[in-house]
Amino acid sequence: MSDDLLRLSGAALAERLAAGDTSSVEATQAHLDQIAAVDGDVHAFLHVDAEGALAQAADVDRRRASGATLHRLAGVPIAVKDVVATAGLPTTAGSRLLAGWVPPYDATLITRLRAAGLPILGKTNMDEFAMGSSTEHSAFGPSHNPWDLDRTPGGSGGGSAAAVAAFEAPLAIGTDTGGSIRQPAAVTGTVGVKPTYGGVSRYGLIALASSLDQAGPVTRTVLDAAMLHELIGGHDPLDSTSIDAPVPALVDAVRDADVRGVRVGVVRELGGEGYQPGVRSRFDEAVGLLADAGAEVVEVSCPHFDYALAAYYLILPSEASSNLARFDAMRYGLRVVPETGAAGGVPSAEDVMLATRAAGFGAEAKRRIILGTYALSSGYYDAYYGSAQKVRTLISRDFEQAFTRVDVLVSPTAPTTAFRLGEKLDDPLAMYLNDVATIPANLAGVPGLSLPSGLAEEDGLPTALQVLAPATADDRLYRVGGALETMLLDRWGGPLLDRAPALTAQPQQVPA
Amino acid sequence: MISYDEALEHFEPVIGLEVHVELGTVSKMFCGCATTFGADPNSQVCPTCLGLPGSLPVMNGKAVESAIRIGLALGCDIAGWCRFARKNYFYPDMPKNFQTSQYDEPIAVEGSTEVVMPDGSTVRVDIERAHMEEDTGKSLHVGGATGRIHGASHSLVDYNRAGIPLVEIVTKPVIGPDSKAPEVARAYVAHLRELLLALGVSDVRMEQGSLRCDANVSLRPRSGGPQQPLGTRTETKNVNSLRSVERAVRHEICRQAEVLLAGGTITQETRHWHEDTGITTPGRSKEQAEDYRYFPEPDLVPVAPSTQWVEHLRQTLPEPPGLRRARLAGEWGFSELEMRDTVGAGALELVESTVASGAAPQAARKWWLSELSRRARAAGLELSELQVSPQQVAELQGLVDAGRVNDTLARQVLDGVLAGEGSPEQVVVARGLEVVSDDAALTEAVDQAIADHPDVAAKVREGKVAASGALIGAVMKQLRGQADAARVRELVLQRLS
Ligand SMILES: [Zn+2]
Repeated sequence: MSDDLLRLSGAALAERLAAGDTSSVEATQAHLDQIAAVDGDVHAFLHVDAEGALAQAADVDRRRASGATLHRLAGVPIAVKDVVATAGLPTTAGSRLLAGWVPPYDATLITRLRAAGLPILGKTNMDEFAMGSSTEHSAFGPSHNPWDLDRTPGGSGGGSAAAVAAFEAPLAIGTDTGGSIRQPAAVTGTVGVKPTYGGVSRYGLIALASSLDQAGPVTRTVLDAAMLHELIGGHDPLDSTSIDAPVPALVDAVRDADVRGVRVGVVRELGGEGYQPGVRSRFDEAVGLLADAGAEVVEVSCPHFDYALAAYYLILPSEASSNLARFDAMRYGLRVVPETGAAGGVPSAEDVMLATRAAGFGAEAKRRIILGTYALSSGYYDAYYGSAQKVRTLISRDFEQAFTRVDVLVSPTAPTTAFRLGEKLDDPLAMYLNDVATIPANLAGVPGLSLPSGLAEEDGLPTALQVLAPATADDRLYRVGGALETMLLDRWGGPLLDRAPALTAQPQQVPA
Repeated sequence: MISYDEALEHFEPVIGLEVHVELGTVSKMFCGCATTFGADPNSQVCPTCLGLPGSLPVMNGKAVESAIRIGLALGCDIAGWCRFARKNYFYPDMPKNFQTSQYDEPIAVEGSTEVVMPDGSTVRVDIERAHMEEDTGKSLHVGGATGRIHGASHSLVDYNRAGIPLVEIVTKPVIGPDSKAPEVARAYVAHLRELLLALGVSDVRMEQGSLRCDANVSLRPRSGGPQQPLGTRTETKNVNSLRSVERAVRHEICRQAEVLLAGGTITQETRHWHEDTGITTPGRSKEQAEDYRYFPEPDLVPVAPSTQWVEHLRQTLPEPPGLRRARLAGEWGFSELEMRDTVGAGALELVESTVASGAAPQAARKWWLSELSRRARAAGLELSELQVSPQQVAELQGLVDAGRVNDTLARQVLDGVLAGEGSPEQVVVARGLEVVSDDAALTEAVDQAIADHPDVAAKVREGKVAASGALIGAVMKQLRGQADAARVRELVLQRLS
């Protein structure tokens, strides 16, 4: 019974709850039990809030019993990436600097989750301040890929993707600055969506790069993603960059999924060299399915995508260097007080800031802060930050031109399947290349959806395809993604995750 | 140090002023927190103005409106599209370690304003720009002798001020006033205060820091002629009273002249002004200046005021202070000196309201500039802070005009009003201060005084009218001052004729 509850999609669980076949408390407890059983191996969670989740679940059950009208996802438990501020729950962004910090306020998307009655199971692991593609840059140890515990679940939102793939949660929240929702989804066989920039409020997301960050759903089905996206999306007066327009009908788009007559563009620059053969073959097959189903498939060139990675690694560090300046030990978080100041004697506020930041930030965060500080420096600004912004404009134009010819673009989500823990840790450039296909969407602010395309023949690990659509046309992701998902499930004879190895329950470690 | 005159013999001073105005909006620049001055430390804060992780700014539309009105009042062009930037530097009183400020895209540029000097002449000051930014928190350094960070054992930070909207108004170099530069600096700041007050965008209280001034000074040798470039300038920070502005500029002119005459050079630097000793000391030099790494603020959308809105704001600007002063002086029949004193005492609005409530302009001016100014000074208050309204002053003057109280009684009535005993009328009744206007009662008191002072009465009868003063005094004393002295005099002379 319990295992049965775990394997349900969010939408299916919601139906059981609505029908009274199970309770939210029962479903929530089942997921908490699964976390207890497998998270010692997976390490998807940094903090589990059993008490809070069960209280929310009980409240939903009570309201349902009293006949109240509830949100369709009410009672379906969810995991939240630890970069999202949750009142009363620790929020660390994977950094030692925020170890133990409990925000006094909720992010807008958390307010919406709570109002809709989704029990929050806990906070998921991530690369420090969302900088990374493997969760190995988490200050609290890496997460492990449920498909192979020696491999990473991607990053930065590896915790959310691993939690969903390991059936620890049916739904999760991620954030995507350069691929941090889509790339982990790709390597864990799950679904992840980066909405249009401004589609989901950023209020309460600990900022990495303000002009790129976007929160979105991490799920096992396209329909679940649509439901969660509709719930957290929409205008928020607390976020100036939030789009003041209704969220498109995403759930309807999945239910009416049909690609007949849809013009699908295969991005020439996102494929070929550097892409693992199994990733390419599964991608080609999926595109073939779309064509078979009546889509008009053409090849499209976006020539400036070749410069996306370089521009991204100037814009992101520049904004990050400024966003991360606030972690200075003055008001919250870690405080390291050196014994003496730089000038001898009692340490000054500046000495404390220096010591705290030196001790608190990990190597990757420091690397990007230094890069960004340099890129914004007077005398270098035009050459670096300025040029990168020009490239950004050119990439947006590539998208605009492509979308005059096609309705959606497709590419592999990630160039490779999940890599081994430690494999790329000492090679930042190799690590950065994981996001080569996902970054253009962030630079242009357009939405992207990643869904599993199969398993690579060479390593048996999940591969994925991403669908990209024009800004505010997020419904197209779901129309195409939903149709493709149905065809792939037909071909596989069931969810891809059914083929993942079973995680064996580990005895709980009792702290000494 | 060398004298001001000597400094001017050799050099021509050029000044520039940067004035920060705290806008009087109800809420902060980027969040909904209150802006009340003097609230308990850190009681007016929220995730946004504390810079908590995840918080975001939202623009205060009222602050933008105020900034545009200031720009318009200074004759500036208003940008159709502009942005905020981040000015990055670390300081404990800056919650995000960057200040959200306009940088290369200010809301208002290229204006000018006519400053009226104390002698009635005017000086045109060109405005470079007016831009919006947020204020920082306030550090209190504890344990040192001077309240400065040097020598302090620890610091306390109050973030109530963090995020309060500021407009910074920057002049172009003011060339031309020459020896009058210190007075022009002062007059400009006074003029800005008046203008901002008329706009109603700030309470412009320099002593509370809602108007803060940085004064730039440079010198160039007289021998070089008018075409030579400007000299190296210093920027004296936080000169926070009108008197200090003038003193600081004057001091800096003398100091720089001395350095230059001794063969030295001026370092481009910020300097601190010391109110107590009247000198400036070095702050940060240009070489030490931080690289602020400005870049466009990605958390805010651009400000793009519509032409219609800007035109509407232009149409609804208040009358410029200079024109208004001239109009009121004409309407009231005030001399130039009277008008200047009225403005100088900060009584223009008070006199205007008093006149509007029915008092004669000269009477209103007298009340506010003498009796009430004296009382405000004694109590250490601004005129406007006295517990008497212009309406009450007009009512009091009405009692005087009707002969119901004399000047002495009127002052006692004022005591009552200031003590919170009610309106002038109520105080007159409660304290029994009305003059005795019943002739029978007055005549009785006059007769009594004549009987008590027969020798004086005799003198008056002999024609020495001046002696009647003693009798009038006796009557007034007997009636505890509650009589019209002129009427008493009439009766005394009548009885003794
Ligand atoms: Zn606030």
